Amino acid sequence: MSAIGPDGMTRRGVLATGAVTAAMTATNARARVTGAKSDPAAGPTPMPLTFEVNGKLVELSLDPRTTLLDALREHLRLTGTKKGCDHGQCGACTVIVNGQRINSCLSLALMHEGDAVTTIEGLGTPDDLHPMQAAFVEHDGFQCGYCTPGQICSAVSVLQEIAAGVPSHVTGDITGKIAATRAEMTERMSGNLCRCGAYANIADAMTQIAEAQS
Amino acid sequence: MRAFTYERASSPAQAAAAVAGTKGAMFIAGGTNLLDLMKLEIATPAHLVDVQDIGLGDIEETDEGGLRIGALVTNTALAADMRVRKDYAVLSRAIVAGASGQLRNKATTAGNLMQRTRCPYFYDANMPCNKRAPGSGCAAMEGFSRQHAVVGTSDKCIATYPGDMAVALRVLDAAVETVMPDGKTRSIPIADFHRLPGDEPQVDNVLQKGELVTAVTLPKPVGGRHFYHKVRDRRSYAFALVSVAAVLHDDGTGRVAFGGVAHKPWRVEEAEALLPEGAAAVVERAFAGARPTGQNRFKIALAERTLAGVMTEARS
Amino acid sequence: MKFDAPAGSNVIDEAKVVGKPNTRIDGPLKVSGKAPYAYERHDVAANQAYGWVVGAGIAKGRIVSMDIDDALAAPGVLGIVTAPETEPVAKGVGNNVSAFGGSEISRYHQAIACVVAETLEQARAAAQLVRTRYESADGRYDLEASRENAPLSGDPQTSGDFDGAFAAAPVQVDSTYSTPGESHAMMEPHATIAAWEGGKLTVWTSNQMVNWSRQSLAKMLGMDIADIRLDSPYVGGGFGGKLFIGADAVLAVLAARKVGRPVKVALQRPLVTNNTTHRQGTIQRIRLGAQADGRITAIAHENWSYNVAGATGEEATAQTPQLYAGANRLVAEYCTVLDLPEGNAMRAPGEAPGHLALEVAMDELAEAVGIDPVELRILNEPDTMPGDPEKKFSDRNLVRCLREGAERFGWSARSTTPAARREGRWLIGMGVAAGYRGSPGMASAARVRLETGGRVVVETDMTDIGTGSYTIIAQTAAETMGVPIEAVTVRLGDSNFPASAGSGGQWGAACSTSGVYAACVELRRKIGEKLGFDADSADFVDGQIRAGNRRFDLADAGSLAAEGEVSFGEFRNGYDVGTYAGHFCEIAVDAYTGETRVRRMLSVCDAGRILNPITARSQVIGAMVMSVGMALMEELAVDKRFGLFVNHDLAGYEVPVHADIPQQDVVFLDTLDNVASPMKAKGVGELGICGPGAAIANAFYNATGIRVREYPITLDKYLTDLPTPA
Repeated sequence: MSAIGPDGMTRRGVLATGAVTAAMTATNARARVTGAKSDPAAGPTPMPLTFEVNGKLVELSLDPRTTLLDALREHLRLTGTKKGCDHGQCGACTVIVNGQRINSCLSLALMHEGDAVTTIEGLGTPDDLHPMQAAFVEHDGFQCGYCTPGQICSAVSVLQEIAAGVPSHVTGDITGKIAATRAEMTERMSGNLCRCGAYANIADAMTQIAEAQS
Repeated sequence: MRAFTYERASSPAQAAAAVAGTKGAMFIAGGTNLLDLMKLEIATPAHLVDVQDIGLGDIEETDEGGLRIGALVTNTALAADMRVRKDYAVLSRAIVAGASGQLRNKATTAGNLMQRTRCPYFYDANMPCNKRAPGSGCAAMEGFSRQHAVVGTSDKCIATYPGDMAVALRVLDAAVETVMPDGKTRSIPIADFHRLPGDEPQVDNVLQKGELVTAVTLPKPVGGRHFYHKVRDRRSYAFALVSVAAVLHDDGTGRVAFGGVAHKPWRVEEAEALLPEGAAAVVERAFAGARPTGQNRFKIALAERTLAGVMTEARS
Repeated sequence: MKFDAPAGSNVIDEAKVVGKPNTRIDGPLKVSGKAPYAYERHDVAANQAYGWVVGAGIAKGRIVSMDIDDALAAPGVLGIVTAPETEPVAKGVGNNVSAFGGSEISRYHQAIACVVAETLEQARAAAQLVRTRYESADGRYDLEASRENAPLSGDPQTSGDFDGAFAAAPVQVDSTYSTPGESHAMMEPHATIAAWEGGKLTVWTSNQMVNWSRQSLAKMLGMDIADIRLDSPYVGGGFGGKLFIGADAVLAVLAARKVGRPVKVALQRPLVTNNTTHRQGTIQRIRLGAQADGRITAIAHENWSYNVAGATGEEATAQTPQLYAGANRLVAEYCTVLDLPEGNAMRAPGEAPGHLALEVAMDELAEAVGIDPVELRILNEPDTMPGDPEKKFSDRNLVRCLREGAERFGWSARSTTPAARREGRWLIGMGVAAGYRGSPGMASAARVRLETGGRVVVETDMTDIGTGSYTIIAQTAAETMGVPIEAVTVRLGDSNFPASAGSGGQWGAACSTSGVYAACVELRRKIGEKLGFDADSADFVDGQIRAGNRRFDLADAGSLAAEGEVSFGEFRNGYDVGTYAGHFCEIAVDAYTGETRVRRMLSVCDAGRILNPITARSQVIGAMVMSVGMALMEELAVDKRFGLFVNHDLAGYEVPVHADIPQQDVVFLDTLDNVASPMKAKGVGELGICGPGAAIANAFYNATGIRVREYPITLDKYLTDLPTPA
């Protein structure tokens, strides 16, 4: 059975009105069309952005569609920040902006005018590791390494969040002081997926740093 | 992601006017849901009005003894506010049950109210979905519907409102304050803010074009013990199968709303009046008229058991 | 080096460096974001353009037309490679489907075009303007519905008289289990940069098997393999999902040729699930017949799975010929053709879901007989391989794993009555499972260079997918050459280096280090020849060489290089070379909501020499995490009308998060297997996913008294059967 030929223009007509899919089930209509209608807009005009990345002032001219993640990875070539899903579902893109961790994939670069961004490269270098980075090495808090920069940016922030008294889902008394327990840390780290399953080792690394800080 | 133009607004009224006056314009605040949808071209704004500089980032006490939460207060800041933790604990607990620390740092109070469903068919532009492409059908009803709504559905849509914060706001009788493009303001009871899908599942809430949420207000504290129990397949960073927001008093009365079961936070006042009779009575009334699918029928039993667990905890 | 007899004493037995808990030598690069993954190689080729993959919107049928005019005219677009204008590329090593080309659609999100533009934003936007019209065809997407008519896949393995023995057995278990499709869901999506220089092609990609994949590209492109270089030094997780060449690499290569520039392509996350491979679902029937004392007399494991035409299913019976004694046996695999995406290897293919059935059936048998499940397993420990009694075990210490595990875990505290232990609203249970996974021998080569000054450089196309290859290879070279590990440089993943075993089938560690050992032995001989001593009887220690009464500095040898390869001889086929584990778990189930919490996990592993206890432990705890996913949450949800996995992103396909995972304990028995490899080491990376899921399922039963045989064990399947809350 085919629905092409005379029917074709009809399908295109459906398409032009914005209905993307022309079939409800596999049995009642077999001709399917995918793809958007033509976008008459020309290329967007690049816009300027000035912000601070790892302590350095950076000026860029960006397509407004550029995410903070892609600005870092593709424009500044700071590829330590990873793209795992590009949809806020994995945490690999975690960076610290004005002292708070965020998913850089779900933020437009242009919205960070004047902000101070810290990426994994800004925390430490192979020869001069941040204590959390060193603890990850010591406790083998990673395997493939791809989620690792995001885990570390989160881990650093999580200890700050606990110290600042931000409650979490597992906090017992949310009006009291919050301790850096394993349960508090693992709940707060849950926005960073690790498919290699290094979670227990990450908790050990964080515990070491938390104890050193207390 | 379609090309768009971008501006940063400097006041609520200016932002509202900018969106009302520009074809295809939308507000952007935290962006954590909007950008997700823009990448998939499920949202295709031609113009973005960035509202991060328009104020609205504070939590103030109201003359009535409640709180006015600025629309741009982040989820983290709201959950961590000591007044909220002390007097509106169900709200703090609901917020921290949702998403991840990173997302809560960016997501705003208004944006959280505006988040769209997580139905996988809504997210896949090749699939029929009346919410995304009105008239194309609903793939979920006869398909993968385990996460979907069981009550308040229509024959057009069984999507859920996926958030947690609003479920707590619903038991707290919050109100949503807005400004219109013409500068007029209004206050919308949270009960009326989100819509049921009906014949227009593409419309999630009652906001009009260019209408900007400026604040969420909480009445004075209601006392009681506050609970938010969210049940999901994994322990964190997942949307609810069912959640229960409850404020329970020592005399057995209280308030209860359910998340993950409907197109909006689900609270039935006549049902919660039955709290002294137990969870089964409440759920039977609250879910009267439910139309679950074979895959999500368990949610009704789960709602009852989760509420029963919360009520037991309240008595302990 | 031909490994054609059991290993005798060798330099690795010194174990001065090998076996020590060295932290990863690639660790500082990884934790500081300086390890370059495939999509990040800005430095390797100038002027890289961005490719964006368009996936098919139907599961089966054909493309009627593809209109790319608007996409081509969009800002920044450099060119578009389309499937209809491309001959289907040949299947490469391991592929069950063509990665790209032609108008036929055989799976949802099959790659049908790649839009190349100056920027990522431009490519992404233009890709939406590719308009494709399809003619859909009916497809088969339902394993259960197809089970009855599924043909046998290979001959059944039988011995004795199963039917008769089962019928006569005083105790019988006859249970059917199902496991869903699962996704590798590695954190780095499949990604490739491709660049042409004249007729020569370089591919920077994320791939577990460099040599296979280079061969695949040569075949697909009709090229001389010498004109292709593939480089994969860092791989952001694979688990079998990056064994072969897929659409990302093919599209980058074709697109780079089309636009005359290097092109980079990463498969967008929402496409990964359906476009790439997955672990197929299974339906498994297990029948166990036993005497009243628990001795198994009859054992049958039948498995139904699926794949695309011409390919095999998820062969879940894989461990059954090895694990338990029993004279009368039947093992049969059935495979039906479904029009779902391609099934292919995922971590312990076969055994991972197979244990979820067999090891629960053993739990059911223990209950039926009325003996402890640990004791039941020990009672049925065989002397030779049960499914092939001619085969001896190379070295098998499963009983020790179980006994030591039970002791350490506090197994004696387990209630023998289900649903008997409560802590407030929580129902508490313990479970056990045995684990088995083979340890194959695969040829592996390396080049080792001694540099002026005494530094040792190892080069092999082996990959490190998180497995610790860099570190254990450095340890092996340091041990063999008698230098500190700091004096060793390891370079991996480049097809210009000698071909290794690669990362798969849990053979990587034992085989690749054996290859490096072989190369080091060759280098020692060359040094001996140059300096005039017999290297095989010399000691290389602390940067010095002692040959009889003579002493040399290693640096005296100057600059030298040697290649070596290990290959595995026939003698190994006389043995079953396996790895073994006893897995233990304690869980809590909320009597109200049915939420499950894994509280404790322990795996006691028998895997021969442990090359590095840190990285080996990480492999095992990681596999235990994946086991939690298999048991409790992971499921590719099939839409049987549209023929796709609906939950095709990391929000919909739930894998375990930090909060799901408790402290985990791993114990390695101090064993050596001299049949396994010159290193006397075996694999360990897949052993950890063979059994822990079943231990969880058994603990769930012990906690609740409910046997859920349909994985994953999610609360919708048992909620209303839970005991009344206290």
